[in-house]
Amino acid sequence: MLAFLIYKLILVVAVFAVSLVVAMYSTYAERKIAAFLQDRLGPNRAGPFGILQPLADGVKMFMKEEIIPGTSNKWLFILGPSLAMFTACMTGVVIPWGGTLTIGDQQYPMQITDINIGILYLLGVVSIGVYGIMIGGWASNNKYSLLGAIRASSQMISYELAMGLAIIALVMHTGTLSLRDIAAMQTGWHWNIVYQPLGFLIFIVCAFAETNRAPFDLPECETELVGGYHTEYSSMKLGFYLFAEYINMFISSAVISTLYFGGYNMPFVGRFVHDPNVLAVLGSVFLFAKLFFFIFFFMWVRWTLPRFRYDQLMNLGWKILIPLALFNIALTGVLMYLGGRLH
Amino acid sequence: MLTNRSEVVVKKEMSLLERIYIPAILAGMRITLSHFFKRKATVNYPEVKRPFSPVYRGQHVLKRDEAGAERCTACGLCAVACPAEAITMVASERKKGEENLYREEKYASIYEINMLRCIFCGLCEDACPKEAIFLTDRIVPSTFKRGEFIYGKDKLVEKVDKRVDISKRQTQTVLEFKQNKKFAHNRLYTDKQLKEKH
Ligand code: SF4
Ligand code: SF4
Repeated sequence: MLAFLIYKLILVVAVFAVSLVVAMYSTYAERKIAAFLQDRLGPNRAGPFGILQPLADGVKMFMKEEIIPGTSNKWLFILGPSLAMFTACMTGVVIPWGGTLTIGDQQYPMQITDINIGILYLLGVVSIGVYGIMIGGWASNNKYSLLGAIRASSQMISYELAMGLAIIALVMHTGTLSLRDIAAMQTGWHWNIVYQPLGFLIFIVCAFAETNRAPFDLPECETELVGGYHTEYSSMKLGFYLFAEYINMFISSAVISTLYFGGYNMPFVGRFVHDPNVLAVLGSVFLFAKLFFFIFFFMWVRWTLPRFRYDQLMNLGWKILIPLALFNIALTGVLMYLGGRLH
Repeated sequence: MLTNRSEVVVKKEMSLLERIYIPAILAGMRITLSHFFKRKATVNYPEVKRPFSPVYRGQHVLKRDEAGAERCTACGLCAVACPAEAITMVASERKKGEENLYREEKYASIYEINMLRCIFCGLCEDACPKEAIFLTDRIVPSTFKRGEFIYGKDKLVEKVDKRVDISKRQTQTVLEFKQNKKFAHNRLYTDKQLKEKH
């Protein structure tokens, strides 16, 4: 029992630390990639190649003056960014970060907990994330913040629907809600992207909208909303909001890789490597490779596409993505029926 | 039509393929990715400096002659020429024994250029009959106080042991332009000629 607890504790701390470090260096990567896509060099002063830039940013954020507006609701004002950060960190729990390590006669799956409704948990936590933004925007007692928060929450709620529908088609195909089972099913090249291309497209568009990133970064808008929901925030509370976005991006990339790109499965490698422990570790490495590609993809898109107008955003969500997702469900059903008949 | 480059705007319906946007998005992403590998335009400033033109107009220098005496004679022509009225000076008479310090009998005891007013046009340099003031390729550094932008003789006059090279600006053609008596701006009028002019 104690060994079990210690192993889980180590896993929790590791996942937490990795999320934070990856998110930290995502801020660096974002600036570097943005710069490279624009023919610039990006931060290169703090340490070699600017590698210490995130630390410098963090120190800067901590040192800034902390301002809580007098007219704000103090407790909710503090709760907002905490909630955003909290929910961002919570999602890493159900993601299978790798295969199973076997030490002695004990099995150690590299996943904090494998709840059998992992996907529902994921969607649930993501929807709580809206509250962080909503509460923060409302508690600021500022028109810009409130409008930004309304925009953010309506956007996130709209796209959650399409996202849920895209996942329903995936669940119909896999027949399970457990992320570990879904990942385990996609051995070799049986990645879900092959069976659910439309679903993947819908899912990734929604993932962009859920993380509030370009081209769906409407909640922040200098011309109309100043900073959006975090207009009134300063110091590390602002840092939390910004940081939560990067953790969300990390988690989204992990979820995309797990749901549609085979998770920790590697095609071909199983033929050459037979030690299950080595395979498990390699699997984690492979998962992270996919994940980093998707983080890069997030940034690549951000620095390529212009943003939507708000009505276009809503039209895309309600009039295109949701019907498309419904069609995808119907299509999946028909194909499954026909496939069943063929076997 | 005012120019031959204008284009008539047509509001045409987008085709289905265009409305899906994905081909356009992929094309755009291909373009940005190609920039990812391109040579960067950034110049890493303090380590790498872009070469200045030899006749770059930066911070002024007041020259000394070969013997180390200040060339400026406080004639005030530079101050008159200056469109920004950045130059002020106080003239003094050279005392006995100061011949090694000042080349002419009259010299500027105070000579100030307000670098916040100066537009670095170089007209002072053109106006100077004594080859005393030149603009150089040094950049005026920024400071926090306004007063520090008023450069006096301590900053403007070159040090005897640290001469500022202005040979690039003082080419043969420039010298000729400044000294050739055929040009009206270099001609000395006699009193009679002046009377005729007015
Ligand atoms: S460079 Fe132009 S503006 Fe500056 S002091 Fe000389 S004449 Fe005046
Ligand atoms: S710098 Fe030249 S133009 Fe100006 S006062 Fe001195 S001698 Fe005259």
